[in-house]
Amino acid sequence: MNYTRTLLVLPWLMAGGSVGAQTPATLPAAATAPMPKLEVDYTSFTLPNGLRVILHEDHSVPVVTVNTWYHVGSAREHTGRTGFAHLFEHLMFMGSGHVRPGEFDEWLESVGGSNNGSTAEDRTNYWINVPSNALELALFLESDRMGYLLDTMTPQTVDAQRDVVKNERRQSYENRPYGQADITLTEMLYPEGHPYHWPVIGYMPDLTAASYEDVVAFFKKYYAPSNASLVVAGDIDTAKTRALVEKWFGDVKAGAQVEPLTVPGVALTGVQRKTLTDRVQLPKLYLAWLTPPHLAPSDAALDVVADVLTGGKNSRLYKRLVYDLQIAQSIDAAQNSQALSSFFVIEAVPRPGHTVDELMKIIDEEIKTLQGAPPTDRELQRSVNGIEASFYNRMERVGGFGGKGDQLNSYYTITGDPDWFNEDLARYRALSPSDVQAAAAAFLPQDRRVELTVVPERSQ
Amino acid sequence: MRPISNTTLRGLLAAVVLATFAAPLAAQQTPNRSKPPAAGPAPALHLPAIEKLQLSNGLPVWIVEMHEVPVVQVSLVLSTGSADDPPGKFGVASLAMAMLTEGAGSRSALEIADAVDFLGADLDASSGIDSSAVRLHVPAARLAAALPIMADVAQRPTFPADELERQRDDRLTGLLQARDDPPTIAALAFARVLYGPEHRFGTATVGTGTTIAAFTADDLRAFYRSAIRPDNATLLVVGDVTRSTVVPLLESAFGAWRADGPAPAHRTLPTVGERTAREVYIVDKPGAPQSQVRIGSVAVPRSTPDYFPIQVMNTILGGSFSSRLNLNLREEHGYTYGAGSSFDMRAAPGPFAATAGVQTDKTSESLTEFFKELDKISETVPADELARAKNYVALRFPGGFETTADISRRLEELLVYKLPDDYFAKYVQNIQAVSAADVRRVARKYIQTGRFAVVIAGDRATIEPGVKALNLGPIHELSVEDVFGPEPKIGQ
Repeated sequence: MNYTRTLLVLPWLMAGGSVGAQTPATLPAAATAPMPKLEVDYTSFTLPNGLRVILHEDHSVPVVTVNTWYHVGSAREHTGRTGFAHLFEHLMFMGSGHVRPGEFDEWLESVGGSNNGSTAEDRTNYWINVPSNALELALFLESDRMGYLLDTMTPQTVDAQRDVVKNERRQSYENRPYGQADITLTEMLYPEGHPYHWPVIGYMPDLTAASYEDVVAFFKKYYAPSNASLVVAGDIDTAKTRALVEKWFGDVKAGAQVEPLTVPGVALTGVQRKTLTDRVQLPKLYLAWLTPPHLAPSDAALDVVADVLTGGKNSRLYKRLVYDLQIAQSIDAAQNSQALSSFFVIEAVPRPGHTVDELMKIIDEEIKTLQGAPPTDRELQRSVNGIEASFYNRMERVGGFGGKGDQLNSYYTITGDPDWFNEDLARYRALSPSDVQAAAAAFLPQDRRVELTVVPERSQ
Repeated sequence: MRPISNTTLRGLLAAVVLATFAAPLAAQQTPNRSKPPAAGPAPALHLPAIEKLQLSNGLPVWIVEMHEVPVVQVSLVLSTGSADDPPGKFGVASLAMAMLTEGAGSRSALEIADAVDFLGADLDASSGIDSSAVRLHVPAARLAAALPIMADVAQRPTFPADELERQRDDRLTGLLQARDDPPTIAALAFARVLYGPEHRFGTATVGTGTTIAAFTADDLRAFYRSAIRPDNATLLVVGDVTRSTVVPLLESAFGAWRADGPAPAHRTLPTVGERTAREVYIVDKPGAPQSQVRIGSVAVPRSTPDYFPIQVMNTILGGSFSSRLNLNLREEHGYTYGAGSSFDMRAAPGPFAATAGVQTDKTSESLTEFFKELDKISETVPADELARAKNYVALRFPGGFETTADISRRLEELLVYKLPDDYFAKYVQNIQAVSAADVRRVARKYIQTGRFAVVIAGDRATIEPGVKALNLGPIHELSVEDVFGPEPKIGQ
């Protein structure tokens, strides 16, 4: 099999007739011109050891990405060992049975490759980008750490990366303005013991406590090929790549099945309030609600709610607080979609001389307005057009975080279908203004939410 | 972990290979993992074809067709940037560019944003050090609708007074918030120490509280007249277009644009005197859990004949994960999440900086390791390390032409720094031609640690005794006001 095109561009109406024509100031007609269908061809198969493999050809540049998702994240951690999934991710770059410490990076750099990994609540992902002539090296390295990571693991390796991760925590949270708030927010949203309660980066004493024995147990439990999926995408030949994947990953031993993670549903019963101090000039307000999981009904509508409230200059909260009244420096909203539960958050910083209470009053007014009446057709269409364009923009890169390889693996992990691009986009195209109103009304109640405020230390 | 020398590595691998030959049956059942698979011949770099033409008014247009994804990047690149800001007007390029989308033609700021957002487009106007640009990224099907908005923004900005006041307060508040962020403090303090307050590079590109407070609409119009004009611009179009259909659109949008008055003259920045001794500057951030460290000096302009040797030398020193600074400070000692170094090359000499955020109680230890590596780079680099660095830089080069924005940025670099037409074609061979002697020469020339400034944003009370004991040089304290100027007054 040999695919020559990666994104099939189907015929669509060209906007050619409007060349040179005046564009109306308010409603460009071309915005409604249909976009070409998104299509990402792939081949997939499962190795006898349970590893799911997805191959996708894209020959636009001579680059290949090897993208691996392990279906484990910080949600699988336990109290007292938070941050472990992420610490473990760091250990995956430290060598394996046939790769001595340092060689993983040295060998990849020697062929012009690059690599990285990241950990979230529900998954851990890794990618290696190499020029296409070095595909086999990337497959060798990825398979070696999947099969033989523990062969070279030592307590000293764990110690070394423990220190690095502690400094990652210092840099990304403790020494970053408002960094502590991100950690406190999920602690307030999710009850103690819920797998989203603790931060992915973990707590310092837990990072100190993580042991070599923990590493061994975690690898055996969660890093089996049947708990992973592998995407090889880019400038590849599908048949040859399949043979190479079978060669290098075929000897990785199968492991035990991982039981699905089930947790009782969560709900806020009232308003949770807290105030933190930080080394900052201006206070900051966080309002947060528990919302339906990724892909559940209303998940897409809540993305649009976020857009209607804070996406662009004409969004309701940005226009009122930042543009008209000029009492806020910034306002952002987002639906953070995750497998077990999502949360919707609004973050706002007042201008000097103004308060978070002033902002909260207007935020509540605007939420109430949206809960009482649907957004205009144009507000909805503006949001959906932007989301639609972002799907096409995400087709431009094959490797790295957010590249096509990563997206195929993400869709496979979440839906079982790697090519779920159109289905995902269809969720947004199907929305009506009343869907958006209904989502705001159902999921952003004023009396069941988190209200977190950060105030400058000097004002205390 | 220690760096592995070439000899040891090869010796060990040979031994393992022999052992595998002794067990051929096992080798048939499982892949031979005794050595990494060798890479095949490097893929050829297929440079995108650049079609160069002019609109009827003389505006140069470069077109690169890419049809994989139905999107287009259009960039109007102007050969004027923050480096051209006049004394007393630092920040005018940044503010004037930002103001282009705050009102243009018949549209208000809100109408521009609404029209652009409705098309699913991104439209950005901003300044760089040596150039500025209006950049549009848009689905190809909506290019025809988006171009007239871009054309208004570039050719008919209105600089409304109320939008200027809003931008002013936004920027002053942003400057206030920048005081919270240790990496920003360290970077700005480093620039100030290297270049001083009078040189453009010693002040943030947005300017200071004083200049931002004083800008008038006339300042913005003066910048506009001198910089945003067809005889100072090039239009780059990259993406899913064909020349025959896109040129009429460009002609309609930009073909009638005329320059007004004499062409702009570029400012020549004052030469910065070489530092004669090493000095340490501490910006106090009480309670900070990490120290943000910047070490270096004024280095080279983009036109330096040492460009390729510097790329290779810096890759070895601090430009890749396996660079010496990162392996030492992160992987060996665990003092940091990451350490590195960079040469920021501009039309005028930009800074070299070695950089890391290190844990507060290891600040002096980190400085010791920084200087150990900075001094050692002037010794001859082992052949395997040199080869790895050259391959890293050269072999990843073709992958840098993937997206419309990637290619557009590369074209901008060609334009702004007037690089030769065969620059891309010869890039790989120029990197591969760098010798160990070249690396040593540029290391000795530019990594003169006795003349470096050391800037630390961190908890002074905790770190100063240890830093002092290193005897790096005189220690100066910089206040946040020294770095940022007086606290800005906002909303007045």
